[in-house]
Amino acid sequence: MKMTKRTTLATLALAALTTLGAFGAHAADEPLRIGLIGTYSGPYADYGRQFDAGVALYLKEHGGKIAGRTVEVIKKDTAGPAPDAAKRIAQELVVRDKVNILTGLDFSPNAYAVSAIATQAKIPTIVMNASSSAITSSSPYVARLSFTVQQVSDPMARWMIRNGIKESYVVVADYASGTDSFTAFKKAFEEGGGKILGELRTPMNNPDFSAYVQRLKDAKPQSVFFFFPSGVMPPAFLKVWKERGMDEAGIKLFATGEATDDSYLDATGDVALGLVTAHHYSYAHPSPKNQKFVKDFVAQFGTSMRPSYFAVTAYDAMAAIDLALAKTKGDVSGDKVMDALKGLSFESPRGPIEIDPVTRDIVQTVYIRKTEKVDGKLVNVEFDKFDKVKDPAKEAAK
Amino acid sequence: MGIVIFDGVAYGMLLFLIAVGLSITMGLMNFVNLAHGSFAMVGGYAASVLMSRYGVGFFPALAAAFVAAALIGAVLEFVFYRRLYKAHPLDQVLLSIGIVFVSIAVFTYFFGPTMQPFQLPPLLDGRVSLGGLEVGRYRLFLIVCGVLVLAVLLLGIGKTRYGAMVRAAVDNQRVAAGTGIHVQRLFFLTFSLGCGLAGLGGALSLGMLGLEPSFPLKYLVYFLIVVCVGGAGTVTGPFIAALLVGIVDMAGKYYWPEAGAFLIYVVMIVMLLLRPNGIVPRKGIA
Repeated sequence: MKMTKRTTLATLALAALTTLGAFGAHAADEPLRIGLIGTYSGPYADYGRQFDAGVALYLKEHGGKIAGRTVEVIKKDTAGPAPDAAKRIAQELVVRDKVNILTGLDFSPNAYAVSAIATQAKIPTIVMNASSSAITSSSPYVARLSFTVQQVSDPMARWMIRNGIKESYVVVADYASGTDSFTAFKKAFEEGGGKILGELRTPMNNPDFSAYVQRLKDAKPQSVFFFFPSGVMPPAFLKVWKERGMDEAGIKLFATGEATDDSYLDATGDVALGLVTAHHYSYAHPSPKNQKFVKDFVAQFGTSMRPSYFAVTAYDAMAAIDLALAKTKGDVSGDKVMDALKGLSFESPRGPIEIDPVTRDIVQTVYIRKTEKVDGKLVNVEFDKFDKVKDPAKEAAK
Repeated sequence: MGIVIFDGVAYGMLLFLIAVGLSITMGLMNFVNLAHGSFAMVGGYAASVLMSRYGVGFFPALAAAFVAAALIGAVLEFVFYRRLYKAHPLDQVLLSIGIVFVSIAVFTYFFGPTMQPFQLPPLLDGRVSLGGLEVGRYRLFLIVCGVLVLAVLLLGIGKTRYGAMVRAAVDNQRVAAGTGIHVQRLFFLTFSLGCGLAGLGGALSLGMLGLEPSFPLKYLVYFLIVVCVGGAGTVTGPFIAALLVGIVDMAGKYYWPEAGAFLIYVVMIVMLLLRPNGIVPRKGIA
């Protein structure tokens, strides 16, 4: 233990140096540090790839700079829904990497865990996907640019009522977002005078849907509405739906856009044809802004990956940071950035979007789309829409 | 009622097709091989890639899936598995679960994390009327495959010289080697066979379960249930267990959807309490 004194001194000297470094960090050409928390490995690694692509595309279009500063994106992997990991990662990003902004956040539990850190550290946090309603209420430093499950389920119900569908059976995956979807759909459908005939909750790890679909067939409802997270569940459900001849039995099928997520649509195949869904983005959205977005995306990343709503939100998140920092004249302090984000409105590849000044949640157009084959490729063709949709859960709470 | 049982049987057959290879490696060779799903995945990807990129037909793709999984199995047996036949089961678990994670990473790297596209051949698409029941052709095909594989394996292990050698080598390696059986080569072949069967099952599952890199972990519990409830090391055991699991799962989800998904676990526990060595215990164990 002879070294103790010297070690202590050395540590102190080092600490002093580090502090000096931190004070000197506000030089003008210091890069803007953005912490990107997403899933880069495991079954949901596609989410991270889409985030990266959207961020990279925006930065490329703007010469790698936001508000005149070069941008340094620090990526971290949570490998799926892992709130404890997300929280630890956010802590590291704030304390060690000294990020100015946190973003990413594909799973709701991760977003909730990170919002606590955002509040403590007063770091502006921009949610790129997590879609549970209360996330933006959990911290004044969280804003969302993606969507909420309720926001896309409610318009589907209203559209069905408007088009003469009076009764429906609901199938949702048995987890928090499934409950959200069911709640919003049921409320809007019943308010329109519709009747919910029944409800099926399927386990998350469900290999074969035939028993559930058979039950629906025997119940003979006028229509079925379903919500499953993007991935393997929707194609498995649709396969059994076609195999059982549900369309021939005259039962109409509706869903949210997760069922025909552009990332998985090719793999889903023809069983998705004709399905009517409600969502905020389709890569076939006909606006010039989106056509440019898709063209640039293909030029940059090729055709093996389609831009999905993840990539679009990542792209928009960068745009929102850019616009907000333009308003604060480059000031990155938490309160100023959050103030600048409130009420921000701009044109996204998905259409016009706005950040609600009160809830910091997204307000956007929700489109009704049908899966069709265009030029040999399956796409979601938008044919109807609901303008300026807010999160129904927060509207109801008012 | 009829259709629920039919669907349950078809689903059970699929479980049997994937899991029977595990019964061979785990039961006959006493190797705790948790990487079984990885071999099923190899077969599934082989079939899917051949069909979607090279336009190979479904039936040749099934054969290719068997061969691909058997080859990979052979390579891994030669490099890793044979060193651990006599090791502690925990070492075997570590090795095989490691292979699972490596395979997930490798498949994600080469094929991306998203699902593999798959289109059933027109012959197996749609429904056919069977004694008043409207049943899916593909499900009917699965049942036929399951019964065929069961028959081939029963004959192969019970009636052939090869089968007799395997049984002898498993019961007592030293005596078997003393009678001139080349035990190591025999195990090598048997392991490949088990992996090939997994590959075949993986390819057949394309039409029902989605195939993505997390496949081996996602369905691991189902394979283990089928083999443990059925009795490792037999062929009829897993067959009966798979049917039981399939029918109970299907009926549970149909008649009691609020709790149906958990019924198979109840069945598993009850069966393991009643018959701890499996429905059909292997002679010598019981």
